[in-house]
This record gives sequence, C-alpha cells and structure tokens, in this order.
Amino acid sequence: MLRVDALTVRFGDVTAVDDVSLELAAGERLAVLGSSGCGKSTLLRAIAGLEAGDGTVSVDGADLTHTAPDRRPIGLMFQDHALFPHRTVEQNVAFGLRMAGKKESARTRRVREMLALVGLEGFGEREIATLSGGEAQRVALARALAPAPKVLLLDEPLGSLDRYLRERLIDELPDVLGATGTAAIHVTHDHDEAFAIGDRLAVMHAGKVLQVGSPGEVWAAPTSITVARVLGHTNEIIDGVTKVVWRADAMTIDPSGPHQAMVDRVHFRGVDHDVRLRTHDGRMLRFLLDDPPAAGNDVRFSIDPARVLRFD
Amino acid sequence: MRTRERIGVGDALMLLPALFIGLFFLFPVGTVLWRGLGGEGLDAVFDLAKSPRQRDVLWFTFWQAAVSTALTVAVALPAAATVGGLSDRARRFVRSLVTVPFVLPTVVVAGAFDELFFATGLDTGDFRLRHTVWAILIAHVFFNYAVVVRVVGTACAGLDGRQAEAARVLGATRWQAWRAVTLPRLRPAIASASAIVFLFSFTSFGAVLILGGPKRATLETEIYRYAVSRTDLTRAAALAVVQLVAVLALVAVSTWLERRRPATTRMARPTRTLGSRPGRWLNVGMATALLGAPLAVLIERSFSTGTGYGLSHYQALGTRVRQLPAPATTALWNSLHYAALATVLAVLIGVVASVVVVHGRSGSRRLFDLGLTLPLGTSAVTIGFGILIALDEPPVDFRTRWWIIPVAHALVGVPFVVRTMVPLLRSIDPSIREAAAVLGASPSRVRREIDLMIGARGALVGGGFAFAVSLGEFGATSFLPRRPEDLTAPVALFRLLSTPGDLLRGQAMALAVVLMVFVSVSVFVIESSRGTAEGSL
Amino acid sequence: MKKLLLSLVTVLLVAVACGEDEGASVVGGDPAGTTVTLMTHDSFAISGSVWEAFTAETGVTVELLQVGDAGTMVSEAILTKDAPIADVVFGVDNTFLQRGLDADIFAPYESRNLDVVFDHLKLDDNNRVTPISFGDVCINYWIDALPGTVAPATLEDLTDARYASQLVVQSPETSSPGLAFLLATISGTDDWEQYWADLVANDVSITAGWEDAYYGEFIAGGGDRSIVVSYASSPPAEVIFADPPIDTAPTGVLLDSCFRQIEFAGILAGTDNPAGAAALIDFMLTNTFQEDVPLNMFVFPASQSAGLPPEFVEHTTVPVEPHIMDPAEIEANRDRWVDRWVEIVLG
Repeated sequence: MLRVDALTVRFGDVTAVDDVSLELAAGERLAVLGSSGCGKSTLLRAIAGLEAGDGTVSVDGADLTHTAPDRRPIGLMFQDHALFPHRTVEQNVAFGLRMAGKKESARTRRVREMLALVGLEGFGEREIATLSGGEAQRVALARALAPAPKVLLLDEPLGSLDRYLRERLIDELPDVLGATGTAAIHVTHDHDEAFAIGDRLAVMHAGKVLQVGSPGEVWAAPTSITVARVLGHTNEIIDGVTKVVWRADAMTIDPSGPHQAMVDRVHFRGVDHDVRLRTHDGRMLRFLLDDPPAAGNDVRFSIDPARVLRFD
Repeated sequence: MRTRERIGVGDALMLLPALFIGLFFLFPVGTVLWRGLGGEGLDAVFDLAKSPRQRDVLWFTFWQAAVSTALTVAVALPAAATVGGLSDRARRFVRSLVTVPFVLPTVVVAGAFDELFFATGLDTGDFRLRHTVWAILIAHVFFNYAVVVRVVGTACAGLDGRQAEAARVLGATRWQAWRAVTLPRLRPAIASASAIVFLFSFTSFGAVLILGGPKRATLETEIYRYAVSRTDLTRAAALAVVQLVAVLALVAVSTWLERRRPATTRMARPTRTLGSRPGRWLNVGMATALLGAPLAVLIERSFSTGTGYGLSHYQALGTRVRQLPAPATTALWNSLHYAALATVLAVLIGVVASVVVVHGRSGSRRLFDLGLTLPLGTSAVTIGFGILIALDEPPVDFRTRWWIIPVAHALVGVPFVVRTMVPLLRSIDPSIREAAAVLGASPSRVRREIDLMIGARGALVGGGFAFAVSLGEFGATSFLPRRPEDLTAPVALFRLLSTPGDLLRGQAMALAVVLMVFVSVSVFVIESSRGTAEGSL
Repeated sequence: MKKLLLSLVTVLLVAVACGEDEGASVVGGDPAGTTVTLMTHDSFAISGSVWEAFTAETGVTVELLQVGDAGTMVSEAILTKDAPIADVVFGVDNTFLQRGLDADIFAPYESRNLDVVFDHLKLDDNNRVTPISFGDVCINYWIDALPGTVAPATLEDLTDARYASQLVVQSPETSSPGLAFLLATISGTDDWEQYWADLVANDVSITAGWEDAYYGEFIAGGGDRSIVVSYASSPPAEVIFADPPIDTAPTGVLLDSCFRQIEFAGILAGTDNPAGAAALIDFMLTNTFQEDVPLNMFVFPASQSAGLPPEFVEHTTVPVEPHIMDPAEIEANRDRWVDRWVEIVLG
C-alpha cells in the first residue's frame, strides 16, 4: 500500500536518509528501530512530505513524491505532539476533519469517537496547557487518527512518557490502530516498544535500513553486528576474524562451564536480574538471570550455542 | 517541496499591504520629495552636510532618540516583566491603562509636568527642568513607556517559564536567571519595542519644542520650520530625505537584530513567578510616579472649577463654544470613529504584512519590513504634504475625503501591528505548522489556522496601539484639509487651548481626561475580544 | 479574511464613486446652485447661520476645509497651486502674504464691497487678496502680578530691571505671534538687535508656541511670569471665558507693543468656480459675516460699517498706532531677521 523507493534526504553534506526502500501492507504496523540521530525522524518527515528528497513515495499506486503534505493521505504524530496551544482538545482533534471539509455534525461524532478510542471521554473542552504528558499524547494520537489517514507515521510517540503509561500505551496502541485498520510506521529507539508494536521491524542505522523482518526473526538473526548492536546485544566477542555476540539470555551458571568471570554488579529487575560480569581480560558482559550470583565473586558459566550470533 | 519555505501563491492578499503603503505612503512621499528637491536634486541634500547647524541637528536627533530609547527600555523593562507575570485580566488592564499617554497632546502633558515640577520643587532655584534635555528625555519615557510594557510584556507572557526555573535550580539568582535565560529570549520583542520608541523619539515634535525649548532642533522640527515657517520646500525636502535615509538604516539594523534570534517558544505553561514581591511594588511605584502623577494633575484640573470642584467642564463638552465648529462631543465621536476605522485597516494590513515578513521570500520579506515601518519615522509634514499633492489625480481626488484621515492614522498604526505580531509569529514552534500541514491544511490555511490564530494576540495588542495612536494623532491630521465638522478631539483640544480663558482651559482638560478614559476602555475591549484563547498562551 | 478584503474594496469603490465632482464650472455667470470651497486655518470659526444666510442670498453652498495654522495653509495652497483643493482661501496674514503673492496663487478680484474696508488694511494694490479681519499681537500683562503692580508703558520699559524675569515671548521661528512681536520691535525700536540683547540680559524667556507661553510660563496657567506676548483680544477672552464670571479683565495690554495682523481672503487662481468665489469674497465683507467675526475669532472686522458686540468692545483696547509693515519688506527680510534673532536670543 505505502511504497517508499530509494528515498534519500540530504542536509548539505550530511545524508540523513540514505537510499531507503520500504513497503507497508494495508493495516500493517512497521516498527522502525534506531538510535537517536540515525535518520528515522527524517525518514518519517520525508514520507509525510515535510522534507524534500530524491526517490519516490506512493500510496496505493499513486505517486505522491511531488504532492504537498496537506494532500497526502498520510498522518504524522510528532515526537513532541505539536498540539495547537491556542485550541481546545476537541478543536485539536477536529482540525484534520475541518481541513477535509467535513460537516460539523460529522466532526463532532468523529471527535467523540476518537476521544473515546484513546480513553479521553469528556476531555473535549480542556485547554492544551492543562493536559498531562499522557493526556497530550493521547490527544495527539486521536488528532492524527481522526481524518482516517491511510498511513499513520508515529515519531517516538511514547518517548516522553513514564514507564507505567508507556507500557499501557504499548498495549493500547496496536488495539487503537487495529480498531481503525490504519497502517502505521512507528519509529522508536526502544527495542521493547518496537517488538511489542511492530508486525514487522526495520532496523535503521546512519540513514540506511539495514534489516527488515518480523521482530522475532530480526532479534534472533540479525544480519550484521550493527543490527545486533541496535537490537541491544552488547556481549561482543572477537573470535579470530569472526565477530561473535552472546545474547543476554545465552548464559547458564555452570561450575564446570568453560568460561569464567567476576560478578561486577547485579541489578534487580523484578522478574529477573541484570548481571554484569567482568572477564579477566577486562571485557564487560551483560546477562539476564533469574537466580543471580553474588557480586564480587568469580563465577563459571556456559553459553547456549543456539543463542550465539556469528558475523563474518 | 520544502514547505516551510513556501508561501501560498494564492496569497493575493499580499498585495493589500503593498498597495496600501504604495498608494498612501511611498507615492505621496516620493512625489513631495521629488517636487521639493526640484531642480536641485540631491545637491540640496549634500548641501545640508556642509552646514554645521544641520550637522548638529542630525547629531542631536540621533542622540536624544538613542538616549530616550535606552532610558525607556531601562525604566519600562522591569514593568514589562512584571506585567508578563500577571493574570490575563490584570495584564490586559495594565496594558490598556499605560496607553493613556498616547492620546495626550504634548502641550497638555507639558503643562502637567510643569505643575508637577513646580509642586515638587524641581523647578525652582538653580535647577530648572524646563527647557533642558532632561525634560525631553523624561517626556519621551512618559510617552513611550507603553510601547515597551505592551510589546515586551506580551512576549513575556508567552514565554515558557521553565527555562528560567531550570536556571534557578542550577543555582542562578533570580536576576541571573532573568539575564541569562529570559532576557535573551525577549530580545526580539525588545528590539521591536526599541525600534518603535526610537522612531517615535526620532520624529517627536511637541516634546522637543515645548519641553526642550525653542533652542532645540531635531530633523522633525527643522522640517516643520522650513516647510511651514519659511516655505523653503527645497530645504525641507532635503531634510526629509535625510530623515528617510536615517530611518531606513535604523529599521534595517533593528530588523536584523530582531531576526537574528528565532527563539522558538514551545508555548508551554507559563509560570507566574517573574519578579519578586518587593520588585513588583517598586515597579508599580515607579509607574505610578511617572505616569500617574502628571495624569492626576490633569484630572484634578478637569474637575476644578471657579467655585471649587465639579462636573461643569465635562457638561460643557456637549455645547459648542465659539472657537470650535462643533461641540467637543462631536470631535470625540469623530475621533472614535476614525480610530476604529484606522484600527481595522491597520490590523488587516499589519496582519497580512506580518505573515509575509515571517514567511515570504527574503526579498519581499525585507521590503515589507522596511516599507511598513517607514511611516513611523517619517515627518507628519512629509506625509501630510505628500498626500495633498500626490493624490489629486482625476477622477479621484483623495485629498479632502474624510477617510484620508483614518488612512493616514493607519499608516502609523500598521508598524505597531507588525512589530507586535512578528516576534510572536517567529516564536511559533515550526512543528505546529507541520502538524497542521500533515492534517491537511494547505500553506495558506496553515497561515490562517496557526499563524493568524496564535498571532492574533499580537494583532490585538498592535490594534490597541493603532487605536491609541489614531485617537491621539495631531500632526498629520492638522496637515490634512478637512471639513470643520470632521475635526478630531486633539484638534479640538488644541483649539480650546489657543484662546485665553479658564472655561476653555477647563473644557480642554475635561476633553483630555475623556480621551484618556476612552483610550483605556477601548484598548481593554479590543484586547479582550479574544480572551479565552489568549489564556492558553 | 477574504470577506474583510471584499468589504474594504467596496468601501474604497464607494468612496471613489462619491468622490466624483458634481459641481459644473461656472465662468462669469450666475453662480447659484454651485458649491464654493473655502480653505482656511484651524482657528477659523463662524456661526452656521451666517453660511445659511449666504446660501439663501446667492444660492451658493459653502464647503469649508480647515488645515493647521496659517503657515501650513499658505504652504499647502502653494503646493497645490496646479490642482487647488479650494476656490477661496481665508486666513493669509500680512506676515505670510507676500509668499502667496510671489507664488502667484491668487486671482485678482476687486470686490464690490471693498469700499467698506479700512484703507490702511488694503495692502495689495492689485486686489489679489481682500482684507477680511485684523487683530493685534500685543504684550499682555497680569495686572495683579506685576512687580509693584506698575504696568509697562513702552517697549523700552520691558528692558527695565523692574521687569527682570517677567517677560515670556514666542520664538519667531515657530510661532506667528512670536514673529509679529519681532516685527513690532523692529518697527518700534531704534536698534532692535540691541533691544533684544537687552531683553536677554533682563532674562526674557522663550517658548516655541503661544500655548506653552500663555499656559506654561505666564501666570494665567500657573507659571511665574507676569508679561507675555499675546493678542489685544486676550483680555476680553479672559472675561468672556472666565470661571467664575468676572467684571474686569485680569490682564492688560501694552499698546506700544502691538503689531497689526491683517487676515486676507483670496480667490485661488486655479478655481473652476470664479463666480461663486467672487460671491463668497463679497459676502465676507457684508455686515452679516463681519459682525459675526469678533466673538468667534477674537479679531476685528475689516469693515468700517460692521457693528461690534458690546462684550467684545468693553474689554478690548485698540491701539491707535499699531506697528504695521509692508508685506514685501517682511518677505524680503524675514529669514535674515529671524536668523539674526536666533543668534542674539538663542545663540
């Protein structure tokens, strides 16, 4: 449905988006994962028409490359929400409907529907300045969804929220998008969020899309060390010319195991523990364990070969 | 495709300010200067440079305007910060009160100052304030205080207070936080206000001659002297060219200063903690002393009758005295009528122009910015004479139509709207405009829905200025021939004061007080017309 | 926005439509039914009934245009010479007259009522302008505030140490009475430059205009000086507009110091209604108009046959031999005199 072909955006000498091609099916959610500065926001802005670039963008076969943002059937939810400070919640949500020339009765109905969808019934008359972060985020979502764009682009939509709200919205967002059948590209730097929301996952680095696949596939089999790093794999071992990465779930404490390291520190995480080990050659390793060893002791362990990634 | 740089081609409205300024300012002024310079052309201008007197005049004009501006900013800035921290209603109230000096003729203010100096002993003994440079400077601060309070106060209110709070938490004192964080973000507004104050002081006429005394001469008073007292139109035109060039240079510098800092405001919740409590009281005290005391003198005089205190001077406003072609109330009604028209015109043109200044191509942007500010720094003589000789083309003779008066007033009102609106528009977070675009708003729709709506606050504050300026305008009005029944309140006031007699003087004072009340109430009403939305900024 | 633009355009169009000239030009013949435009300064005032009488008599309607002061008016009349905005101007005084004559803005017209005018007021032999009224710029003093309540009797008295720091005058550069008083001293003293040097030595105060002299420094407005340059008609105004009412004027006039200002009317050379303009000039010399002048403008009618209102006469002293000067002489020397005055007094 959405097709991005060889999209490149340059700012002077810097290439922010470098030859990116993507496809998105109707109703599909694509998560774009990348660290900050990798060009993922610029990618969304270019798809929305807010940045000029080379390459083509089309929706349902219609070439939109030279179409102004206001004429693209694409919605964008901004990282900082960009709510209109001079309008109420209701007026914010109704904005796109007004632009589309919808009648007032239809607008009112749709706004009520959208506010209900994001759990903000009765918030219509509120001023933007009086909203909390989570409320503002939901208003932004409702506003972006209200005109029923074919594609919704979400730029770090949960970035500024507290953990509790984030986790709740990670659950709700797919439901909301599913309820409206909107295809979405969700940009984030957080792999948990990307895994939870994306039907598919695209990993971005330095302006390029390095790998696309289901979250499970990508996590299990990154195609390069860079992708592995973006996914949060930190345990890199050089084994000759091959780079080897031990996944964080690859370790088992095993007194007869082949590896030994000192337990540097242990963070309790609730369900499990985040264990940092220091090898004798000074390398830092990080694993997740249900039953951690005490800090300060040496520990022997083994690695599940099925959970080891190799890059040539 | 980069939409931020794009201006809707359909924005034919852009032509409106261009036409207005072209027809009613550039064309008349160009014509009068061309005619005035006559055969001598620019030689007449260069001759000025050879005259030591004119060099002195030029220097004094600059000097007093610069010092007046610095003083006004210094005195009014703390008040502006305090006003920014007030509640919306209180802010509107203060903003409308401070416009009062705008409508007072210098003759009246000078009288009040004299009385005040006399009463406080400032004008007895060796030190007399009258006819010193200080008197000019004090008067300029008095007249222009409102400019800084209103323009900067409006910008203050739109600031996100959290940055200053962050600085406080990082160990900055209140003053340090204000200087390091708040002040830089106010710079565009301060530059804007300073430009207006400078131009007002640059072209000030009454304050220089009446308070400064007959020895002082500025470009403005010299233009009058040559054009009117000596009918030496060549010399007057040469001086007007110098004035125009000087103003152009100044406006160019000020717009450059203003643009240098596109400090974006996130429009977040402003905090209301600017200024300490004693500081606030100090501000209130200073403002009261500076603005309130002379006004109190006027009010006292307006009620003072031959037999004590009473309303007789006010009652007299309704009956025609022989010096006036109509009762003073007719003049008041005319003035209100003209001011309303001038305000609508100024807001309409100023708003469109502001959008062009902020979004237009760099060429049109600069032209608009310069062109629209020029009238503020142009002599009333130049404008009045220009309209008179340029707009005489048959079949339309604009010169003696009554509406040329509000049009001339609007010329001076437009820069106020532009100067209050542009900093606001520049402070709009670009992502808000992009959000609107993505939601389906065309570029011209974005201007309307975002720029105009958020800028409306500036437009209203500018409109309030335009109203006040029009209500008090004397110079250009007096140069435009008008039917007797079309006289304005300031013209009537001047007439009342030009024949001896306590009754006439009392009535003049009553008229001045009514003007004061009118302007503050009107400005309050104008600025309240968008109350709730403003609260969210 | 578009609606606003539309309505603005409509307003402009309507204004344009209304602006079309309706009056047909009448040369020579009967002006009845035409409109004649009279341009004058802001101090002009006349009763509405007077104009009604004019229209009833001649069928001509008068439209008034008022602008600034006399100087502004003359400058503008000169500037608009090729496309005049009026048919007749009134209010050109003898200090500005020559400027208008030199610029050739007037069409000669000898009014059939000219013989009622005092002879000494007729300053232009070619009748390009017609005298309508006159007044005198004189030294005024506040009787009770004079040092020792002794009034000055001559111009020379003002240099007497008795009147030190008592006199306030306007600058001839920016003020019409200021210029008139300078001319009075040039005409009335042997050595006017020395006279002004003496006034400076006697701490004369200079203001830019009449208002700030009379209401700023003169005792009438709360100032501390008892002698001011004003008009011979100021004392009656003080009585007529007194609050509470009084019987005698608090101010007096120094008759030796008076300079006669004569106000003229003239037909503008570019007029397209000379017949109407001529009718207006004739009318301005009738008793109907002339007798309305004193209490409206506080000046005297130029007509010998006009009666004067008693309250005006009662408190007015008319100088027998006011200083008077040929407009050509004024024009030829004014700038030089004023420059010299500036050197002596302000320098």
